[in-house]
Amino acid sequence: MIGFLIQRVLQAVMVMIAMSVIVFLGVYAIGNPIDVMIDPASSQALREALIQRYGLDRSLIEQYFVFMNNMLHGDLGESFIYRLPVISLIWSRFPATLELALTAMMIATCLGIPLGLWAGYKPDSWSAKAIMAFSVLGFSVPTFWIGLLLIMTFAVELGWLPSGGRGPVSNILGLNLSIGSLEGWSYIILPAFNLALFKLGLLIRLTRAGTTEVMSSDYVRFARAQGLSEGKVVGLHVLKNISIPIVTVFGLELGSTLAFAVVTETVFNWPGMGKLIIDSITVLDRPVMVAYLILVVFLFVIINLVVDLVYGQLDPRIRVKAAS
Amino acid sequence: MSAPVETRWGRLANFWADFRQNPVAVAALIVIVAVVLMAIFAPLVAPQDPYNQKALDLFDARLPPGEVGSGGYVHWLGTDAAGRDLFSAILYGLRTSLIIGMMAGAFALVLGATVGLIAAYHGGRIEALIMRVIDLQLSLPAILLALVLVALLGQGLPQLVAALVAAQYAYFARTTHGAASAERRKDYIEAALSTPLPARKVLFRHLLPNALPPLIVVATVQVANSIALEATLSFLGLGLPLTQPSLGSLISNGFQFLLSGRYWISIYPGIALMLTVVAINLVGDQVRHVLNPRRSR
Repeated sequence: MIGFLIQRVLQAVMVMIAMSVIVFLGVYAIGNPIDVMIDPASSQALREALIQRYGLDRSLIEQYFVFMNNMLHGDLGESFIYRLPVISLIWSRFPATLELALTAMMIATCLGIPLGLWAGYKPDSWSAKAIMAFSVLGFSVPTFWIGLLLIMTFAVELGWLPSGGRGPVSNILGLNLSIGSLEGWSYIILPAFNLALFKLGLLIRLTRAGTTEVMSSDYVRFARAQGLSEGKVVGLHVLKNISIPIVTVFGLELGSTLAFAVVTETVFNWPGMGKLIIDSITVLDRPVMVAYLILVVFLFVIINLVVDLVYGQLDPRIRVKAAS
Repeated sequence: MSAPVETRWGRLANFWADFRQNPVAVAALIVIVAVVLMAIFAPLVAPQDPYNQKALDLFDARLPPGEVGSGGYVHWLGTDAAGRDLFSAILYGLRTSLIIGMMAGAFALVLGATVGLIAAYHGGRIEALIMRVIDLQLSLPAILLALVLVALLGQGLPQLVAALVAAQYAYFARTTHGAASAERRKDYIEAALSTPLPARKVLFRHLLPNALPPLIVVATVQVANSIALEATLSFLGLGLPLTQPSLGSLISNGFQFLLSGRYWISIYPGIALMLTVVAINLVGDQVRHVLNPRRSR
């Protein structure tokens, strides 16, 4: 187990180093940030002073090592546009994205598992077919377009909910969140539902596939033969047996929900990390781009590492195969 | 030489007989054919050339659907802020979206299939390395990769296609690898490899055709995904400029008018996008169902 652990951690570190090189080279290959930062009419001396200040006159390798060294000390540089440390900029946007992603996951779970159970329990019924058709829509129709339809229906036509923005926030556990007040909920519900749709489709399909498999198994037949009520059979035996794969896949999906928030946040003008990265791409704010990308890759590497290790713990075959 | 051709047609006829069983998929196929034909013949069908700035009249701006503009014909789907006839703009937008989707799908197929075949053929360390990279890439969401690449490469058609290919080839690579490594161990491949035929020929003439069915399914779905991804990027302002609008840029362009009740500028291009993407997905689902070897006949 120790060997397996060391191997996987080393692999994760190598991936991080490779990604940091790619991101660094890629982002630094585009455009000259000085042109963005200062007025084109300003003097050559000012230009050179700025170039020197940001270390842009040094060789690429030197710049990379300075960048890595700073990063390991927790310093990801300063935004060219906001003139703020990137870390605090991203951190200030983090609660908005986190609450959006978690609310979306909650909506997907509360709707997806019952719907998927039903679709797997009565696969030939009219309602099950409707549920599956809905899951195809959630899968294939682009998120931003559904977002537009939601805005048009609930904000413009019906006027029930605000069309975008975040509304009032309150401080909960040190984070500024909207979910503390009813008015905050009116702002978060549409974007969260929009972000949830893709996961909802996925979860319905996963739950249905698990349910149809378990329903035909021997222990369900025995449980029925025992005279247990249908509610108990489904709630106790089926749900328990399909829960493990669902929880795993869903854990993996948390990272991609944070990434998909980029689109939803733009549609609903939600001031989170995703909106920040789109804005910084359009104005070529390089430090923000680099920091965001490295943080996201880091998040994914950590999630994958944890999943790998947990699997290795649960299934010795994976350890043996990896070690050989 | 006529015998194999005949069986090929026979197989195609069988495939169609199976495909026809699902009326929804047939309807979706009809939608796709109609959409493709309208896109190809857009210059003949559209009442206006939306790229021709001179033909646009600002007096016609934001006309609701059904009104007659200064051109003397009915704008069935209304006009946008520049006075463009939306029906014409959608036809030309469909053209751009379909071209991008199919180009990206085709390049990703070629690249992914090659990578997957190489991994399956070599085995050992090369296979392990390639598949580890592919798995890693698949764990990152495609939208994020495409976003980063467009940001790095800049805007324009070739850059956009390159970003879509890079974001999607991994699906093809994994599918090809899965199918090909199962075939690789079979006797006919071993036999072909022991002849003086070059390995390249064995791979592409013998192994690839037998690994094809799952690839066809992935290819259909990926064309739809490319179209959707391109639309998303254009909506985020990172796709093509409005002088060469795709469906995504048309929707994005109309978004600002949505809140003031001028719904048609973004809703109609969106419906066209949704119809296309869902129809391709439905056809892909049915193709998967028909090609599934475990399906009971």
